Formats: sequence, structure tokens, C-alpha cells
Amino acid sequence: MQVNHQDANVVLDRAVGSPASEATLSHSARASAPKRKRRFPGKVESSKRHGFNLWLLIVPLLIFVVLFSYLPLFGWVYAFFDYQPPIPLSKSKFVGLQWFEMMIQNPAQLRAVWQVLINTFGISGLGILTSMFPLFFAIALNEIRSRWFKNVVQTLTTLPNFISWVLVYAVAFAMFSSSGMVNETLMDLHLITDPIKFLDSDSHTWLKMMAWGLWKGLGWGSIMYLAGIAGIDPELYEAAEVDGANRFQQIIHVTIPQLMPTYFVLLLLSVSNFLNNGMDQYFVFQNAFNLKHIQVLDLYVYNVGMGQNSLSLATAISMLKSLVSVVLLFLVNWASKRTRGESII
Amino acid sequence: MSDSMAIESKGVSPLLQRTKGEKVFNVFNIVFFILFAFICTYPFYYLIINSISDNTLSAAGKITILPKGIHWSNYVEVFKLEGLGTAAMVSLGRTVIGAALTVLASAFLGFLFTQEGMWHRKLWYRFIIVTMYFNAGLIPMFITMKNLGLTNNFWVYILPAIVQPFNIILVKTYIESIPKSLQEAAEVDGAGTLTVFFKIVLPMCTPILATVAIFSAVGQWNSFQDTLIYMTDSKLYSLQYLLYQYINQASSLASAVKASAGGALNMAALATQQTPTSIRMTVAVIVVLPILFIYPLFQRYFVKGMMLGAVKG
Repeated sequence: MQVNHQDANVVLDRAVGSPASEATLSHSARASAPKRKRRFPGKVESSKRHGFNLWLLIVPLLIFVVLFSYLPLFGWVYAFFDYQPPIPLSKSKFVGLQWFEMMIQNPAQLRAVWQVLINTFGISGLGILTSMFPLFFAIALNEIRSRWFKNVVQTLTTLPNFISWVLVYAVAFAMFSSSGMVNETLMDLHLITDPIKFLDSDSHTWLKMMAWGLWKGLGWGSIMYLAGIAGIDPELYEAAEVDGANRFQQIIHVTIPQLMPTYFVLLLLSVSNFLNNGMDQYFVFQNAFNLKHIQVLDLYVYNVGMGQNSLSLATAISMLKSLVSVVLLFLVNWASKRTRGESII
Repeated sequence: MSDSMAIESKGVSPLLQRTKGEKVFNVFNIVFFILFAFICTYPFYYLIINSISDNTLSAAGKITILPKGIHWSNYVEVFKLEGLGTAAMVSLGRTVIGAALTVLASAFLGFLFTQEGMWHRKLWYRFIIVTMYFNAGLIPMFITMKNLGLTNNFWVYILPAIVQPFNIILVKTYIESIPKSLQEAAEVDGAGTLTVFFKIVLPMCTPILATVAIFSAVGQWNSFQDTLIYMTDSKLYSLQYLLYQYINQASSLASAVKASAGGALNMAALATQQTPTSIRMTVAVIVVLPILFIYPLFQRYFVKGMMLGAVKG
């Protein structure tokens, strides 16, 4: 929020200081003056109506919120019916907790859900293990003295964050498919005789997904920390230097402790998103070979619901996922309040 | 004595001061960053040089450093593919309309929630903000959209994205940092709430609104999942979705290639003849080019955008 304040002050200086903006201000005010009577703070009635009128202005947007955020929650009732479109819900059979029981009692279903949970935990776990990487990346980049070099590296490494997963897959396909650039080059050099199956095999699927995630997100993830480092009081470094600390000791005793609060908040957020891997990445990379280890919860819900057309079962699964996620969020927030005295939501 | 000398000499020649360990670290550091920056950018370069090279060479993966047999016909041919022109319009349309409406709505709500007189202001503010923390899930969302008549409808790209809680927080915080006296002065002069919004608040919020605009535009351009879930009508496919199909569905590509093959089979024609590889790479470049172009513009908004991302997950 520091950034905001600075910007706001700049804008304010400009607006107040420049004659041009003063002119537009009084001009607009004068133009609308005759149309509208001034409100007097003493008149309770009119200020009440004014408050209600203000509310009326936001009603159209509130309707959007209801339609697209609250109304879909009623879709959870589909988890208790045997809904098979195009038969409408009113004619579908009410089955109670059948879908939830099926997840536990049907051995095949239980095995599938179990594998999906393991994948979700594995991939999210790797994400949390590598959550320190952007921090190290920022610290290492900050140690380089050339400002020009730092800027170029930052610009180039942030770029992949702004492309879609489909495009990442296009890149992966161009480079790593059987006839892709990497395989062709290795074969030309006679290092391999058969193309390596990078994409259509099930070896190290989690690690590959983690690697693509790092390729896309490492540079971007470090920006927060670089901003954090820039905001550290130089006096702390001077004091450390006077005490005889070298560069490495300064990193360990000044930089890292100063960045810890930021790291902790981001870590807590990623813990609360433990079940929400999103599906774009895993959807584009999934194929018949790696399906077993790439199906995370979000992708599984899609595959069951849209692929196999079991809308009710998919709803039941995603409903459980949402509920657990909300509980996780509150737990994490509670932990944050206990340890740091600050809430993160 | 030696301490003060060390501090003074720092400004003169920092290199002299570095110990051996620090020098080794520095070399490793620089090599690592050069390597990682290369890995992050080379794929884009690879796509671009392949999309303009001899198609027989690019299909064999032989173009790695410099383009060979440069020609631009891929870009001409690719727009003759069925659906690509429409998809480009859909992507462009959703990006422009979506970003504009999101900015307007975020500014409007952010501003109105600073107006203390509003009827149950805090309640309605929380009503919106709390939607950040729960999610009905993919299937209930799909069923709701279907019931609202928004499947196979362009507006499904726009409407659900208009009210974004985090953008509202961002704008509201920003407006609260502007002194109230400005608005009060205008009100004394008789300006109504809407006049204050359009003539005073909106122009003053440009920096924060630019952040919101750019990040929602990039989000709209890159969005893929909504086409996948809500659209079966190929006229409403986005570029991202079309690219995915070209990569994954060999059949749709093969027919496209056949359609573009005009008969002539001599070597010269073969070099510019469309291949599955050439189509994939060219479409990929078309998808990434707008991002590459606006990228230098929005770098300055990174830190604020980061805060957007941190909460959206």
C-alpha cells in the first residue's frame, strides 16, 4: 500500500497545483450547479434519501454479484440429485448422500479419488517446497551491482508469467515433442537414437509440472521480494557493516529477516490454496500417458463432470473441495492471527 | 579506523573490496541469471524464427538459431484458415470490452463505497468482498450459466468478470488516500455524486485504473477455460482455444492443411506450403505478439499487479 500512497500524493500535487485541473473542476461544478440543490447536513430526511439513492446506483452491479457469485451456490443441490441433462432438476431423482457414499464405498471410485488426492497433495507440496525459490532469486539478483543487468534479467524472466498455459503448451510442444527441437538436436549430435518422450510419458510428471510452473512463475514471484528489498532501511546495512558483517552475513542477518513477513503471508496464502491447483496447466498437459499422475482435483472435477457427463458426482466432489478450502483459509487466518497478530484476509 | 576506511572506499571501487568467495559467488550468480533469462526468452524467439522460415526445414526442427529461407506467406495463409479470423475478433472483442467494463465497474464501486452516507454501506461492501473467499465450483457455474442462457453467448466472457472484489478494494483504498476536501469543495459548488465521480475521481485514479485495465486485459486475452466449458459454437471460440485445438487435434489441422494445399508440388512451393508445424507456430506467434508488444508498457504496474495476483491466487 506504500506505493499507492506515493502515487496518490503525486496525483494530488498535480491536481491541486496545476491551474488546468482547477479550471476543469470549477467549470464542471458551475455547469451542474443550477440543476441540483445543495444538501444541508441538518436535514436528516434528505440525507437518508441521498444514502438510498447512492445505494440504487450500485444495485445493477450487485445483481451481477448475486447472479455470478451467489446464485451458483444453489447449484450445490445437484449433488443430492441424480441429475442427467437434459432432464430438468424437478424431474430428477433425489438421492440424498448417494454420491458422497459412493466416493467412500465404491472401491474403484475410492481408488480414483485417492490417487487424485495424492496428486493434488504432491503437486501442491512441491509448490510449497519451492516457495522459497523466488525469495532466493530476488536476493541473488539484488547482489548483482549492474543496474542495467538487473533490469534486463527482471524483464526477461517475468515475461513467461504473462502468457497463457495454452501458449506454454505450444512452446513445450515445439521444443519437446518427439519431432521437436530438443529431440532433433540431440539426434543430430548422435547423443540419442530414439526421441525422448518428454510430453507423452508418465515419468516424473509432478516434477515436470513443477518445472513448468517455475519457468512461468519464478521471475514474477521474485518481484514482490525485490520491491521488499528496495524498501529495507539502508541504515540496517550500514549498522551491520560497522559491526563487521560481510555480504553473506548481511543477507542472513538483515535481508532475510526483513523479507520474512512477506514470505510468511505468501506461504499462508499458498497453504490456504492447497486444494486449488487450477486446471488450465494440467488440462493442457494431460494425455492418455500421464493422466494417472496429472489429475489434480480441479482437473478431475472437469473430467468427471464435462468429460464423463456425471454432473452430480462432479458437483459433490467440488462441493467437498470448496468446503475444505474455506476451512483451510480460516485455519490459516487463525494461525496468522495467533503468531503475527495480523489477519491475512 | 578500519571501519570508516571500509565505508569510504565502498564508493571508490566496490570490486577491490570483494573477497575471493564473493567473487566466485558473483560469477555463478551472473552465469545463472544469463542462463535463466535465456531459457525464459528463447522459446519465443524460436517460435518467431520458425514461423518465417522455410516450412520444410521448420517441420524437421532444423531452425534453431537463425531463420532460413525467410518468407511471410504463413501469416497470409493462416488467416485463410476457417475460424481464425473470427477467433481473433472474439479475443480482441472480449479483451477490449471486458477490460473497459471491469475498469469502469471497479472505479464506480470503489468510489461509491467511500461515500459514507450510503444505505448500509458496510454490509454491501462485505457482501461483495466475501465472494473472493468462496467458489461454487466448475459444474454449478456451468449449470447456472446454462440456465441464464449464457452458454454459447459472447457475454459469458464479459459479464462474470465485471465485478472483481480485489480491484474494488484496490481502487477504494486509493480513493481514501485522496483528501476528502476536494470532493467537498465540488459539492459545495453543487456537483452531484455522479459529476464528482466522472469529473474528479475518475481522472485522479488513472494510475490505479491503468493497473486494473492492463491486468484484466491480459487476463481476458489469455483466458482459455471459459471457452472450453461454455462454448460449443465454433464461431465463439477464442484464439487461445483454437491454438489448443491446432496443437492437440491432428484431424482438424490435417483438413486445414489439405484445404490450403493448392496442388503444385515442386520444391519452391513446398517451402511455403503449410505444414501442421508451420500453422501451430504461426498461430502461437499471433497469440503471443500482442502480449510482447504491450509488455514494456505495463512493467511499471508490476508491483501493484502482484498484489492483485497474490489474492486471486
